[in-house]
Amino acid sequence: MKQKIGRWIIPAIGGLAFVYLLVPIAYIFVFSFNDAGRTNLEWRGFTFENWQNPCGAPAVCESLVNSLQVGVVATIVSTALGTCIAIGLVRYKFRFRKLTDVLIILPLATPEVVLGASLLAQFLNLGWELGYTTIVIAHIVFCMSFVIVTVRARVSSLDPRLEEAAADLYSTPRAAFWKITFPLLVPGIVAAALLSFAMSFDDFIITNFNSGTFQTFPKFIYVAATRGIPAQANVIGSAMFIAALLVVIVGQVMAYRRRKRLAEG
Amino acid sequence: MSKMVMTNKGKIADLRSADEIKAERRKGRTGVYLVVPGMLVLFLFFALPVIVLLSMSLYARPEGAEIGEFVPALEFGNYVTVLSAYWSELVRSFGFALIATVLALLIGYPMAYLVAVRLRQHGLLQGILLVLLIAPFFSSFILRTQAWKQILADEGWVAQTLKLIAVLPADGHLTATPFAVVAGLTYNFLPFMVLPIYANLGRLDTRLLEASGDLYASPVTSFFKVTLPLSAPGVFAGTLLTFIPAAGDYVNAALLGNNRNTTMIGQVIDSRFFKVIDYPGAAALSFVLMLSILILVTLYIRRFGTKELM
Repeated sequence: MKQKIGRWIIPAIGGLAFVYLLVPIAYIFVFSFNDAGRTNLEWRGFTFENWQNPCGAPAVCESLVNSLQVGVVATIVSTALGTCIAIGLVRYKFRFRKLTDVLIILPLATPEVVLGASLLAQFLNLGWELGYTTIVIAHIVFCMSFVIVTVRARVSSLDPRLEEAAADLYSTPRAAFWKITFPLLVPGIVAAALLSFAMSFDDFIITNFNSGTFQTFPKFIYVAATRGIPAQANVIGSAMFIAALLVVIVGQVMAYRRRKRLAEG
Repeated sequence: MSKMVMTNKGKIADLRSADEIKAERRKGRTGVYLVVPGMLVLFLFFALPVIVLLSMSLYARPEGAEIGEFVPALEFGNYVTVLSAYWSELVRSFGFALIATVLALLIGYPMAYLVAVRLRQHGLLQGILLVLLIAPFFSSFILRTQAWKQILADEGWVAQTLKLIAVLPADGHLTATPFAVVAGLTYNFLPFMVLPIYANLGRLDTRLLEASGDLYASPVTSFFKVTLPLSAPGVFAGTLLTFIPAAGDYVNAALLGNNRNTTMIGQVIDSRFFKVIDYPGAAALSFVLMLSILILVTLYIRRFGTKELM
């Protein structure tokens, strides 16, 4: 009997924890169908209206478009720069290796409010106007360390003998990289890019320090929170969530099929 | 010529381990071209700003200056001023972050264990739960925090039910309390705790547990003597990834707290910068926060760290 309880206690706690994790997400989804009017604080009846007219509330869609633009640019730049660093650091000799390591790890050990504050100090010092450019720079910086760590793990897990085998077969180093190494790195790079986009899109604290009057989606919600968030924000939050979920599921299914195909030879 | 060398190396490659080959890093310009642009960005927009922040924290305010006007100086008194005014917020931030980290570990470990070990034979369910585990990353964290605020609100059914069964006094609140702030921190950083532990437990060889069972260890003993020590690097990474952002966070305190006994250091830094326009004070507090976290993290790594971290 005691054994039985022991067997079930971990799944029980784990299961409850999943409920805890998902309750607010379900709440956001349900309240996207609320016939809310302006504030969306209590349930007033079911409607599809918010979904049919997601840009109905002022400034929701503008802030969404801003966030998407920042996210895409920051993701592309930080993934490209970070991937190059990861490959360079694993595969090439360097002086100052300790120093570069510190410069990469330190942003990860720095809380967002300090990253935001120090960049703000820098921009104030330079006399730059806060806005789109300063946000993009800030996002590139905090995404890049994550990209480097993610991709570096992938690069160092590759067997370098694969490239040597390619060289034995008279491949140039360049061809060996693009035909062997790079394709093997792609899953890591894609994961890093998705992570960067998710972090950039959801970032509030660093953005708040460096955005001036430029509105992003999290900033919009934070400001709206004091007087009631429009139901359209719930629609956009839910739609983004569903879209991301679909991407992950499609990715999982593709990976599963590929494994199966490989297993079947 | 270089191809010849590589070919020769290829012939004896089987005699060396993969690690030995990895240790032989290439020389050359390409490496510099790969690394310099990104490192330049990190230097210009991370290292330099931290130095600027440090120097700004020592600025002085001249007599009769306008708001927001400061002159470069070495005013170490700024640190004394802000620390004596805000040490309690600083201590509270670390306290809240510590409690949230411990709670996230207690909740997150069973989650990771459930998905990574218990459901190993159930591919579909494991896949679904894994997707649910990373799901919060795809929904706005401010929206989720705001959702908690509404779920726990005084008119909400959670507070009403708790009052009905007299767990909560009739005039009690769930929101605008330290409890709500810590719960919010725990909630928001839970995935950062679970995912590293999951990654670690995913590699756990369950035959070790069978072996320890064969040697008459109870499941509880096996867990504490085998599973937990083997997953220590995941726990280590997870606690760092939870504690660091939680200590600096101010969204949870701002949305779920009140202005009396939940104010965290992040809120103070934010308002010093934007409301009070006291740049040196805000910079000094930021620097103190960064330094204290670095010291705590360093001590923690010294005590519990493993090589696998880096």
